[in-house]
Amino acid sequence: MDLTYTEEEQEFRARLRVWLAKVLPELPAAPSPDDWPGRRAYDLGWQRRLYEAGYAGLHWPLDAGGRGATPTQHLIFLEETERAGAPYVGANFVGLLHAGPTIAAEGTAEQRARWLPPVLRGDEVWCQGFSEPDAGSDLASLRTRAVRDGDDYVITGSKIWTSHAEVADWCELLVRTDPSAPKHRGISWLAMPMDAPGVTVRPLRTLAGSAEFAEMFLDEVRVPVADRVGAENDGWRVTMVTLSFERGTAFVGEVVACRRTLGELARTAKANGRWDDPVLRRRLGRLYGEFGALWRLTQWNVSEAERSAGGVPGIGGSVFKLAYSHARQELYDTAAEVLGASSLSLEEGWVLDRLSSLSYTIAAGTSQIQQNIVAERILGLPKGR
Amino acid sequence: MDFQPTEDQKDLRAGVRDLLAGRYGREALRASVDTGAGVDRALWRELGEAGFFALRLPEAEGGVGLGLPEAVLVFEEAGRALVPGPLVATHLAAGVVPGAAAGTAVVSAFDLDGPLVAHLADADAVLGASGVPAGEPVRSVDPLTPLHRVAVAVGDVSPYREAGALLTAALQVGSALRTVELAVRYAGEREQFGQPIGAFQAVKHLCAQMLVRAEVARTAVYAAAVTGDPGEVAAAKLLADGAAVRGARDCLQVHGGMGFTWEADVHLHLKRAWVRAEQWRTAAQAEELLAQELLGSAG
Repeated sequence: MDLTYTEEEQEFRARLRVWLAKVLPELPAAPSPDDWPGRRAYDLGWQRRLYEAGYAGLHWPLDAGGRGATPTQHLIFLEETERAGAPYVGANFVGLLHAGPTIAAEGTAEQRARWLPPVLRGDEVWCQGFSEPDAGSDLASLRTRAVRDGDDYVITGSKIWTSHAEVADWCELLVRTDPSAPKHRGISWLAMPMDAPGVTVRPLRTLAGSAEFAEMFLDEVRVPVADRVGAENDGWRVTMVTLSFERGTAFVGEVVACRRTLGELARTAKANGRWDDPVLRRRLGRLYGEFGALWRLTQWNVSEAERSAGGVPGIGGSVFKLAYSHARQELYDTAAEVLGASSLSLEEGWVLDRLSSLSYTIAAGTSQIQQNIVAERILGLPKGR
Repeated sequence: MDFQPTEDQKDLRAGVRDLLAGRYGREALRASVDTGAGVDRALWRELGEAGFFALRLPEAEGGVGLGLPEAVLVFEEAGRALVPGPLVATHLAAGVVPGAAAGTAVVSAFDLDGPLVAHLADADAVLGASGVPAGEPVRSVDPLTPLHRVAVAVGDVSPYREAGALLTAALQVGSALRTVELAVRYAGEREQFGQPIGAFQAVKHLCAQMLVRAEVARTAVYAAAVTGDPGEVAAAKLLADGAAVRGARDCLQVHGGMGFTWEADVHLHLKRAWVRAEQWRTAAQAEELLAQELLGSAG
């Protein structure tokens, strides 16, 4: 058990710090959360800078145009960029962390050459067309149909919770290509251009007031059969290959950010007198301990992924997500206690964060689904009827 | 960075697990509950011979020369097996109190706040003190941790506070992981409504949360053992206490009526976890320490 970084890792960190210190002051001001075209331009601008500096697709394999970095280097990258206040991956999230790695792992040579470089260069944005109104946690029950017509699929249905849909160029789309097959089997993975005729996007407002994601309606949209990644009806497996691609690093930046927020909260509490309340003070102390442990759990999972060299990462991520999503919500509830009535004003940055933290126990598998995964796949408890 | 146990560390843990399974399995545990006997001196010496107490003593002084990371792995196993006795105090006394390293002496410590001390009647020495004081026995909640009330606490444990808290946290993690196993086994065997109760989500979710708490605590304990940082040690103790106490309670719940009986082992884990939560550093003390560190880090 070793928590020291190798010389190579330390050099990587040092070079990254120097680069971040140089490049971040040159960035334009961040756009408002509701300005999607502005956000797209901002996020792609950051991606372009990463690309030019050689940091694009750090954890992607070399033959996919990535840097083939180890999980530990990726951990350092995410830790340092968050610490320096660099932009979040933002609109590039799906392309860099999901669609890209899926194409890299399962696509043909032509597909890789067509779609991967624009993601790395910051030229194209992807969104994720997985969830449907009746297929959320039970994703495999999706019903959007794709019917073969010559060299095309003709797609009809709807998707929901599609982040970045308004500004995306491509959508990684799961469709049902064989309605008679068992529900996991008749699914295919397609790359759909968002400007195709028949695609309608309708933004959805979140409880935080912003249009963070969208509904998408598909009315006889034509997608070439050649743009299917993986075999027909094999889309579920294709998707599962990459759903856990992040190898323990999915929340690195956020854990770093939460620890910083706790520090700010302690300072605020000290300034406004709330620090003298031992109940609140102890709660802050406990959260500090918890987020410290979550940081160590991240390092643990990354080390484990590194030892499993190239293999698909384990499901320890469910353990982390369960602990983290609840701790994050408690952090912002505690922030509200520190702020008192000020926590009712949206001008306090923490209030929007408090609202957005409510999504963490729902998105990417609800806590209840995660608990089933832990119970059945890690602990080996029987599946319910 | 490679925050995973080395092969040697895994071998050490496996060796201790085998030793304890053979020497202090369930029958031995229940026998000591039934007889109410104190520390098993023969077992104590065997632990000593296996290097349990001398683990961190330098080889030049007759020890094994290993460090805290190895010690927490070994103590995790002792916690899993519910080995009774002042394991932490005797380990800390190795090289200080004659016989502690070899397990021929039983050393207690005033590691609880207030006038109570554990295993006083069995103690040959008290950590940091020149003698063993007299005390009045009190009825202990844990049948395997006898308690005495003394007039005055003797022995300054402050030099041992960090290591004591960390090793106690490791015992708690072992107990927490063991109660997950007990709960999962019972949930897989016990049938109600025509299926194992472990097929019900309500039971699954209890078990999953037990594992989540235990795994977070385990990582905190390992990290604190590697860094030796006082804040990390406090966090490790805090999280491990929570994982052990809540884990035992949830395990008891999964066992239903059986869990409320003397025959099930669950209550032994819960009661020991309660004792350990009061030892070396309580939750309140750990939280205050962490709060001060947080304020300092916010600078």
